[in-house]
Amino acid sequence: MRESMSIILDKVNHIYSPDTAYQIQALRDVSLEILDGQFIGIIGHTGSGKSTLIQHLNGLMRATSGHIYFHGKDIYDEDFDLRELRNRVGLVFQYPEHQLFETTIFDDVCFGPKNQGLSKDEAGLRAFEALRSVGLPEELYYQSPFDLSGGQKRRVAIAGVLAMKPEVLILDEPTAGLDPAGRDEILDLVARMHRERGMTVLLVSHSMEDVAKYVQRIIVMNQGQVMLDGTPKQVFAHYKELEAVGLAAPQVTYLMHELVERGLSVDTEATTVEEARASLMEALTGLVAARRDIHVPGKD
Amino acid sequence: MLRDITLGQYYPADSIVHKLDPRVKLFGTMIYIVSLFVMRGVVALGVATLFLFCVIRVSKVPFRFMVRGLKAIMVLLLITAVFNLFLTPGEPLVSVWKISVTEEGLTNAVMMAIRLTFLILGTSIMTLTTTPNQLTDGMEKALMPLSKVGVPVHAIAMMMSIALRFIPILIEETDKIMKAQMARGADFESGNLLRRVKNMIPLLVPLFISAFRRADDLAMAMEARCYQGGRGRTKMKPLRYAGRDGAAYLLLLGYLAVVIACRILLPWPQ
Amino acid sequence: MEMIRAEQLVYEYIRRDEEGNVEAISTALDHVDLHVRPGEFIAILGHNGSGKSTLAKHINALLTPGEGSLWVDGKDVSLEENVYDVRQTAGMVFQNPDNQIIASVVEEDVGFGPENIGVPTEEIWQRVEESLRAVGMLKYRHHSPNKLSGGQKQRVAIAGVMAMQPKCIVLDEPTAMLDPNGRRDVIRTAHELNREKGVTIVLITHYMEEVVDADRVFVMDQGKIVMQGTPREIFSQVGKLKEYRLDVPQVTILADMLRQAGLDIPLGVLRREELVDAIMRAAM
Repeated sequence: MRESMSIILDKVNHIYSPDTAYQIQALRDVSLEILDGQFIGIIGHTGSGKSTLIQHLNGLMRATSGHIYFHGKDIYDEDFDLRELRNRVGLVFQYPEHQLFETTIFDDVCFGPKNQGLSKDEAGLRAFEALRSVGLPEELYYQSPFDLSGGQKRRVAIAGVLAMKPEVLILDEPTAGLDPAGRDEILDLVARMHRERGMTVLLVSHSMEDVAKYVQRIIVMNQGQVMLDGTPKQVFAHYKELEAVGLAAPQVTYLMHELVERGLSVDTEATTVEEARASLMEALTGLVAARRDIHVPGKD
Repeated sequence: MLRDITLGQYYPADSIVHKLDPRVKLFGTMIYIVSLFVMRGVVALGVATLFLFCVIRVSKVPFRFMVRGLKAIMVLLLITAVFNLFLTPGEPLVSVWKISVTEEGLTNAVMMAIRLTFLILGTSIMTLTTTPNQLTDGMEKALMPLSKVGVPVHAIAMMMSIALRFIPILIEETDKIMKAQMARGADFESGNLLRRVKNMIPLLVPLFISAFRRADDLAMAMEARCYQGGRGRTKMKPLRYAGRDGAAYLLLLGYLAVVIACRILLPWPQ
Repeated sequence: MEMIRAEQLVYEYIRRDEEGNVEAISTALDHVDLHVRPGEFIAILGHNGSGKSTLAKHINALLTPGEGSLWVDGKDVSLEENVYDVRQTAGMVFQNPDNQIIASVVEEDVGFGPENIGVPTEEIWQRVEESLRAVGMLKYRHHSPNKLSGGQKQRVAIAGVMAMQPKCIVLDEPTAMLDPNGRRDVIRTAHELNREKGVTIVLITHYMEEVVDADRVFVMDQGKIVMQGTPREIFSQVGKLKEYRLDVPQVTILADMLRQAGLDIPLGVLRREELVDAIMRAAM
């Protein structure tokens, strides 16, 4: 994998409604480096600045101060092409199905590629490819997007961004309002995009458990600042701090820590059920075996 | 950008204007609008200006909130002023080719701009100091006599109050959809008028769909809370005139009288 | 008398084409029986499209049964004259916090219901204050709903229902659009109202961790009630729950795995502390 930095943020600040009673500092000196091909989870509760942050990454919002570099170029330079940036950094908003507008699913997915200046045929090709990759049955392509189920609509909306072939894919709470099955479908789809196409993916979520099993790196936002940044295991090690700001580590993290406190030797870095099971079985069967080996006098 | 529209946004504060009966504010706004069109001459203009700024001051709403509402109608304001400036017949001041600016035109343009600005400011005071529900109550009560001749006063009032509540929500939604389409490469800014209108489709279709969905949801929520129109309904905040309302009416009528007096008694244009 | 009694309830959504011919029929409720006692806290689980919201709308008389019958506090919801009585008895909170708040000030919204049923002014004020206090939102009474968080808006919506002094509140996926903080607050509020005011609660959700403290849990799938019992009974059938596309909490899955691996872990573990204790016992 290439180890180049696709996006660098340098002390980015954003202030909403400056100089009014409603002034809010949504981002506070945010500095980040996003490597090519990384799969990152951005976690924070409502109002932590995570949605504001991602809208800066494709230039939809402008920082009040600070710099953002895309492949080494300052996106606030006068000769920087913001439209080109938006082509290369795809952003899927929250409840993206609310932006569907065309009469057929196919036409809607073509909207992005057409805006990129592609020919009709080329745009169509891109749309086909994108719709196939989100796993929508082909017989639905020429139907109205408004007749689909919630989960299907959302997949169409994501296809609309994928068809633009972005290098970086950002998704703002792509599973909000979906049921568990719909949520897993979307997360699996995103993970596949990362795996198969080597896309850089940023996944915004407020659920640690959802992202823990997918991402390589977690950025925790709190009050407009980066509070923690590291691998899931590094981040969850701070489970007490996370809880203090209203975010919870996965249930098993707490479980393993509590078991250690009670004197059982288990792996506190386990974040998924599988890892926890393996560590527990090892610790418990080890204990049982050890107990068997100890010769207790007078008992046999 | 779209967040700047203040019309229809309540600004909570503890002022005597906030406490006035909404009917007073409704009639007051009407009286003020009438006065703007009756007024002639510098003295009347001075009185209208003074009155407006006193009320703004007393309302405790920061001035910049009022001004923000003006930005939205800037274009309308300019168009009106330009039309008046060039199309009023009279003694030409400056003439370039077939277009000429007349003295009357200049006066008209300035007066029209002032009138419109004051009209928006005056109406903004009402909407900024009255909750939509109070406003609706005020209108409902003031217009109640019309229900005897079959006008669905309650329904209209309810519709208006809901429209006002959802304006900020829909504005936010517009902003969101706009950004989402911009992320897909949509362009809302360049091109000629026709092109721009066409470019609005990806914004308007989702907006309409969302508005209908909200309307549907809201209707169900209202029904679930036993809403059945105006029949048998009581009021949490029934309208009762207090002493200050009478005083306010006197003040308003006094003001109107002064403006009319200026028109009749003082010679104009001055 | 039962608070809710549904017998063989059937409801079909019929889609027609432009000429009015029947295009498709989907059965949202398929012979549902449901009995809820006064003061109970019940939860209905199910994925999207399982029929749980359709059932909720019947309890509030927003939909009328196609077949079968439904009584709410002894009143038949199919009878036109009972509709407003039923809606007053069983209040309803919906999923989208924005689309159910009518007024632009919190207290005026809470007063909307009592106004509709003709409560005298002084009493409306009392009820509004009481309801806002009960959901912990009294200090926001003069605020605009637009400035509140999703969880706060939902609590205002609950207060709006409470002000009508219902015997029962149906919450239709009240947390689906909220973040973890908001979800916790809303569920806690529902439990407080149930415990302190004796209000019967019907909580509809697809989050299993929210139903842990319910008295009874019902699982719906394809318009039918397919499982029912105490949370422990329900949580002990991990395989079945996964079949119904439900999201079984991590601790419950882990407990189930450990038990199947031969460890001495009880069936249907609901909470983390329980599993910690069980593992420590197994390790002894």
